Amino acid sequence: MAEMTVIEAVRDTMFAEMRRDDSVILLGEDVGSRGGVFLASDGLIDEFGESRVIDTPLAESSIAGVALGAAVNGLRPIAEIQFADFMWPAINQLIGEASKVRYGTNGVKTAPMTVRVPYGGGVRGGLYHSQSIEVLFAHTPGLSVVAPATPYDAKGLLATAIRTNDPVIVLEHKRTYRLVKGEVPVEDYTIPIGKAEIKRPGTDMTLITYGLMLHYSLQAAEMAAANGIDVEVVDLRTLRPLDADAIAESSSRTGKALIVQEDTPAVSISSEVAAIIGERCFFDLDGPITRLGPPEIPPMPFSPIQEAAFMPSPEKILDAITKLAEV
Amino acid sequence: MSATENKSLNSTLPESKPGSGQISGERLVELYRTMVLSRYLDQRVWLLNRQGKAAIAASAQGHEAAQVACIEATDPSRDHYLIYYRQFTAMVALGTEPEEMLRGFLAKEGEPMSAARQFPLHGAHPRVDLFNFSNVIATQLPQAAGVALADKLKGLDAVTVVYFGDGASSQGDTHEAMNFAGVHKLPVIFFCENNRYAISVSIEKQMGIESVASRAAGYGFPGVRVDGADVVAVHEVTKTAVERARAGDGPTLIEASVERLLPHTTDDDHTRYRSTEDIEQMSKRDPLLILAELLKRRDLITESQDEEIHDKAKKRVNVATDTVDAEAFPNVDTMFEHVVENTRGHA
Repeated sequence: MAEMTVIEAVRDTMFAEMRRDDSVILLGEDVGSRGGVFLASDGLIDEFGESRVIDTPLAESSIAGVALGAAVNGLRPIAEIQFADFMWPAINQLIGEASKVRYGTNGVKTAPMTVRVPYGGGVRGGLYHSQSIEVLFAHTPGLSVVAPATPYDAKGLLATAIRTNDPVIVLEHKRTYRLVKGEVPVEDYTIPIGKAEIKRPGTDMTLITYGLMLHYSLQAAEMAAANGIDVEVVDLRTLRPLDADAIAESSSRTGKALIVQEDTPAVSISSEVAAIIGERCFFDLDGPITRLGPPEIPPMPFSPIQEAAFMPSPEKILDAITKLAEV
Repeated sequence: MSATENKSLNSTLPESKPGSGQISGERLVELYRTMVLSRYLDQRVWLLNRQGKAAIAASAQGHEAAQVACIEATDPSRDHYLIYYRQFTAMVALGTEPEEMLRGFLAKEGEPMSAARQFPLHGAHPRVDLFNFSNVIATQLPQAAGVALADKLKGLDAVTVVYFGDGASSQGDTHEAMNFAGVHKLPVIFFCENNRYAISVSIEKQMGIESVASRAAGYGFPGVRVDGADVVAVHEVTKTAVERARAGDGPTLIEASVERLLPHTTDDDHTRYRSTEDIEQMSKRDPLLILAELLKRRDLITESQDEEIHDKAKKRVNVATDTVDAEAFPNVDTMFEHVVENTRGHA
């Protein structure tokens, strides 16, 4: 075991996977000598060279499209999109094309590609370095979407993504990159796509979340415990396919469900989780399915006080926990 | 326009070695057979649409020569083909049986490209590395750069041919793909079939320059414009591009000037936007008539041999139509397969 940050876990995993399999390549903007703008690929070019660590032109559609073509022809590309906010030009190659390669060719062609994307806010990123983009991808059959929140999960899920024979979107919350530290085994391991994890067991209510909000929720749960409310925190980890069994099992057991997310709530992951709970747990609930998210404005203001007002925080989450507990 | 004229007008291509681009008389007759078969099959599909049996068709009539000549210059045993919806004749040239083609248009069980999930000519070919993932214009160009990048990394000398129309030349993906391929000197042939119409929008409204090929200069590789009704000329420029790609010298952009003899698809009516004069003029550039005339002039076929070729193709298409028309549609259950590996779709 070694203690490391999320960004170190991402980097170590790319080193390990590229050593393990010659067909793994990395392409994206500034991923070469610069080592990526977050230094996720620091040192990779020195070990693997320019043919496997490719600094691309500043053009996201071709980053995704070239990765897709290379994947179809036998490589396992990792495409890095520098910021999730810059993902939109690549949408057509991912949602329009990559997601349907296996289906549209009746299984003759496959696209074993990974797209790594730093997303999320709370970093003074303003409107174009803070976005949460998970919903469109999580809506798309044929794609898998993972959002690891800890160094352990980052390693296990990124390794799985790279070895998966279909496109996987890996959402890395940029605020967690250096904020979150944790123990990571040195040896090889993977975490299956589609499995949530109970990060804090509890009996009074189920709090379902992912990404940076996992950490804020765990803090809020500790504060609530001091007030005698025992919150179970479920980390979704995968956003498509959602782990409906884990969501329903925990919600039915505790009888209350609070869903916390950083993305704006309308037509979002929390909408889908709420629907799952409504469909599966209706007779087990003793309180309303509750959602906590930011206001419905474009995420998120650059000005610091407004940014803080936008983001859910441990205090806001504690408030929501307390209210739901009183029902 | 002959190949020599093409070069003097447009090309920055290196001179091909004497004889390297030559196509034998015997092969010319073979290509003609393919074109005739494609034409009858294409006409049949249009008829099946009017009978309410084929939901949609895009015709290759007028593009046949460009397509067979390009394929002839490549090696289907190792090369890759990223096609778009009008590559009907290319499919026939690559050995797709008429029954297989018709299963696509009639969406029948056993359709080989996509199990009839997709429009005709979409999906992946069962025997050669030919594919077409979507109806979205120009997405195949960056994908072709990726296919070629993988070959380059693996040290293979395969060539990736990517087809697109003049309409696709306006898309951002076209620019991004050519730029990427130019940077990495990838073994790609960008093959543009310019029929001067993006559905109804004429070339003057699509671009402020004369020729798509001239854009290659902006990406650091050669661009050449060729008469797409001239089998010999298209073969020669493609052969040169193939040799260039295999030698590791990078991409070539080929612009084949062709005619779209029919409306955009079975759902279109080109008399709404093309003048009677324009329609009459283009009909004179029917590549089948042009090649038939050449073959007879060179004594490669006689009038009666030509009739035989036509009769044989007609009969072949009739047999295939009867067979496929009687076949079943795929059952509902198969639509759940192949969403992601080892599942029948996931939540």
